[in-house]
Amino acid sequence: MSFGERTSRILLSTPVLRIGSIFTTLFGISIFVFLVLRVIPGDSIVGAFGIETGVLTPEQIAQLKIYYGIDKSLPMQYLSWMQSFLTGNMGYSYSTGISIASLTAKALPVTIELALIGTILGVVMGIAVGTFSARKPGSIRDFAGQLFGLMALAVPGFVLSTTIVTIMANKFHYFPNGYEFVRLWEDPWMNLQQMMFPGLVLGIAVAAPVMRTTRSALLETVDKDFVRTAIGKGVSPRKVQTRHILRNSLIPIVTMTGIQFGYLLGGAVIVENIFSLPGMGRQVLYAITRREYATVQSSVMVFAILFIAINVITDLIYRKVDPRIKK
Amino acid sequence: MKRDPLKPKGGFYYYMQSTSGIVGALLLIFMVIVSICAVFGWLPHDPLEQNVEFAMQGPSTTFWFGTDEFGRDIFSRSLDGMRRSLTVSVSAVSIAATIGVTLGILSGYLGRWFDQLVVRLSDVIFAFPAILLALAIVSTLGNSWYQTSLAIAVVYTPIFIRVARGPVLTVKEMDYVKVTRILGFSSLRILRKHILPNVTAPIVVQVALSLSWAILTESGLSFLGLGTQPPNASLGLMVSEAQSIAAFAWWALFFPSAFITIVVVGLNLVGDGLRDALDPARRSS
Repeated sequence: MSFGERTSRILLSTPVLRIGSIFTTLFGISIFVFLVLRVIPGDSIVGAFGIETGVLTPEQIAQLKIYYGIDKSLPMQYLSWMQSFLTGNMGYSYSTGISIASLTAKALPVTIELALIGTILGVVMGIAVGTFSARKPGSIRDFAGQLFGLMALAVPGFVLSTTIVTIMANKFHYFPNGYEFVRLWEDPWMNLQQMMFPGLVLGIAVAAPVMRTTRSALLETVDKDFVRTAIGKGVSPRKVQTRHILRNSLIPIVTMTGIQFGYLLGGAVIVENIFSLPGMGRQVLYAITRREYATVQSSVMVFAILFIAINVITDLIYRKVDPRIKK
Repeated sequence: MKRDPLKPKGGFYYYMQSTSGIVGALLLIFMVIVSICAVFGWLPHDPLEQNVEFAMQGPSTTFWFGTDEFGRDIFSRSLDGMRRSLTVSVSAVSIAATIGVTLGILSGYLGRWFDQLVVRLSDVIFAFPAILLALAIVSTLGNSWYQTSLAIAVVYTPIFIRVARGPVLTVKEMDYVKVTRILGFSSLRILRKHILPNVTAPIVVQVALSLSWAILTESGLSFLGLGTQPPNASLGLMVSEAQSIAAFAWWALFFPSAFITIVVVGLNLVGDGLRDALDPARRSS
């Protein structure tokens, strides 16, 4: 093996390639976000001054452009955004004057907690209903399970949330999200009550595809030879179900969960707004309605990084779940 | 007339074998008829007309789905909203499918740097939650119906790229395609005659599924106030407006929600039916 060949082997090895591709993707994302949100200069000014923009003199507009950093060329704007994004403050929210980094530091844990609760509820519900369905394909149970899956897919999160809010607040006079949001470490019990309904809404959205995947994966594994062997040699039905069938069906389930996490982050944008949770979704929507492009830009970027991180974690979980994937 | 038993059965025959496919198609046909009524203005009431006298009335023979807080007829508004949702989603998915499939086939067929570029680009777009990206694009573009469709189209293009590119990579290496190349057929002919037919099935299924997602995205945007603007009717916007009155007027929340659910269920069932009908391996015979 020549030296050059060896170097290229190391360079092309999976971990290096993966890290490399993650960084190129992140770079692409940052350019994409920048171009999508920065192509129309002047909008921050319009956002801040509204209809009064019309009475500003050209000098004032020029001054404001310098203030908002949109007087420079596009590449320079990109570089200065990247610099502020990477070195910490991520720019400032113009209406509050607080740095976007500190806003994000407060909002991100809320979204992550919500997403985790949603995923856990979704996976538990999805696997439960999927197993319930797959036990007897074509039966009435199966039909009920599949109907659940279909409805969970088709009823939008905002409809479910609005219904829950209406019923809970008006019929049961129970609406924990009506109070000010408390953090997990301040009052765990109250926090979980506030997270329960939004988590459930997101969980149901995750449960639908997880249920479908579980069902078809289970049905596929049941017919495998090793399952017949296990039953034949007298392993208890319960053990066959968990150790042989479910264990071998986990890969597609984990994949599906990873994919769903991305959608769940999107769902968080809607759910956080309905249940007034101060997470990233609310931060983005608030910034969009205020035309604070710097905040939108940095927050959207954070979402994308989160999504990529989930992909990497899913990859790591694969290796745990399936020892056959070594390379 | 008797059917020739040796004649190969078409996709339609297999489609009609699946119950979910038929149910889905019926639901969808119903929604399309409803939208056509709205297009021609065959509605019992003007969807925008306010009449405070009749505000918040329950379903009755005059107002089939009841009225909202401004006395507007929810039935007419739901129909009009359905039309709007379908217009936006159908145009969004048409754009996404056309661009996505073209790029996907070309990148799979041409390979090299072009393939790299296209795959990277779609990876970038994949890294955003759909609704968030649509939200961000709409916030800069504006929220008229074609701008909303454009935003949704951008979000769903990469899926079509991926769906089209996969089969091309496999088919390209097959002997019969290699032979046509050796015989000196033009790339265009190979693409059209040998590659495109192999990609159609997954794309048709993807169109049905993407339409359902596009409808959910559109109504989500409208719900958040970044899609259709009041006083115009849109299903998502109607749900959002119903939030404040749903406790006293369940119909204001129920009917637009049911419309969204029915159309999404219909599209998913159609997608399942198409998948079963177009995939020879899944055909039960």
